[in-house]
Amino acid sequence: MEYAVLIYQDEVEADKADYGKISPEYKTYTKQLIDSGVLREGRRLQRSSTATSVRVRDDEQLFTDGPFAEVREQLGGFYLIECADLDEALKWAAQCPGAKHGTVEVRPVAPS
Amino acid sequence: MTRGGSDPLAEVFRAEHGRVLARLIGLLDFDLAEEALADAYATAAEHWRAGRVPDNPAAWLTTTARNRAIDRIRHARRLSAKLPELADVPSADPPPVESVPDDRLQLFFTCCHPALGRQAQVALTLRCLGGLSTAEVARLFLVGESTVAQRIVRAKRKIRDAGIPFRVPGHDELPQRLPTVLAVIYLLFTEGYAATAGPELIRAPLCAEAIRLARVLYELLPGPEVAGLLALLLFTDARRPARVDDTGHLVPLPEQDRRRWDRTLIEEGRGLLAGAEGPYAVQAAIAAVHADAPSERDTDWTRIAMLYELLPPSPVVRLNHAVAVAMADGPEAGLAMLDDIPLASHLLPATRADLLRRLGRDTEAIAAYDEAIMLAGNEVERDYLLRGRQELIRR
Repeated sequence: MEYAVLIYQDEVEADKADYGKISPEYKTYTKQLIDSGVLREGRRLQRSSTATSVRVRDDEQLFTDGPFAEVREQLGGFYLIECADLDEALKWAAQCPGAKHGTVEVRPVAPS
Repeated sequence: MTRGGSDPLAEVFRAEHGRVLARLIGLLDFDLAEEALADAYATAAEHWRAGRVPDNPAAWLTTTARNRAIDRIRHARRLSAKLPELADVPSADPPPVESVPDDRLQLFFTCCHPALGRQAQVALTLRCLGGLSTAEVARLFLVGESTVAQRIVRAKRKIRDAGIPFRVPGHDELPQRLPTVLAVIYLLFTEGYAATAGPELIRAPLCAEAIRLARVLYELLPGPEVAGLLALLLFTDARRPARVDDTGHLVPLPEQDRRRWDRTLIEEGRGLLAGAEGPYAVQAAIAAVHADAPSERDTDWTRIAMLYELLPPSPVVRLNHAVAVAMADGPEAGLAMLDDIPLASHLLPATRADLLRRLGRDTEAIAAYDEAIMLAGNEVERDYLLRGRQELIRR
């Protein structure tokens, strides 16, 4: 099964730790995912202040500055991993550096 | 087959449910397994009524359910003509007598997977391992049947869609995963032993079900943590006959008639205690001290206070620790320990009321009783507190 590992973090805190840089922890983690053959995809997102939310209502396009919801933790990046079951996916998610300070959400990818 | 007080067929189904369903879930998927088992029960009810229950009802039910599942799959495939026809398997096969491998431990860990909410874990465990109907689960928890049905449907959907596995966690994962299973069983028991809502204080069927599940778990996984939980449940349940008097009033531990404690359960608990470890084992050891004492006065409170120190200091543990210290070293010492316990339950002001009463500080005690009465959710407990308050006013 494919799982999305969505990494939510407090950007204010992340800024203090230099948001733009990939930490050595993430480098190690990503390498482990590759070496184990579970990694399908992985992307880091730019900070949520660069986000634009889009809604179309009655054929009218509405663009708003910023992410969809004002929350304490913002989506900062994701991995797509291939695992046998949820237990394996949770095991990988628990090792994600973001799980130590932010929240990592594990979502199964819908079958296409 | 002898006729008992209740339906003997229902009793057999109940006894075999967990084992058969666990086996079927291992072979099929969750929903199909449940449907096929329901089919098998219906077939059994027809075949067994006239004659007798087969020697190995679990094997009979498993084979019949498997055949019914094949029927269902075939039927579904015939409806969707695109799919190829399944290999012809005669569905009326006479069930061979074989032993059914015990997959119930897998089922415990699936039902109590940490990715499911606690209420879903509880409902699934009662349904799948306890063999209770959705209506029975709803009745035990005093919630609507549709609420329980919805919880179970959602949980099963998550098990399927999120890929929650049907397996026993490995040795490295057990320390993380076992506590959830134990917590679910413990919650079932405590909800039965001190109902948080409703007119009755004790709901015995829930206690009995929790003990039954703990026994099954111990049989499958006879480790020190499970031994601790089972021992605790047995020691606690042993006091049940003395805990409510003939008029339905709560009898607190000090006033209980200890001759009414169930000695068989106590002895069984004591036997388990030797090989028990973990927080449940410590609580069981505390219960064992009570079971040894002829009266409240002659209880080794110093030992109880010491045992409480071994437990993680949750608010309830701190409260009980304070009570033990009050008994060992006097109410003043216990009262001082109550001050900063963050607990929103009636138990905190009720304990304060009792200690203040013993110190002769009646006005403060009455105020504490009032607070406790406001917070108590169970009518039997509220009634007990009201009587305590009345006695103070009279003296």
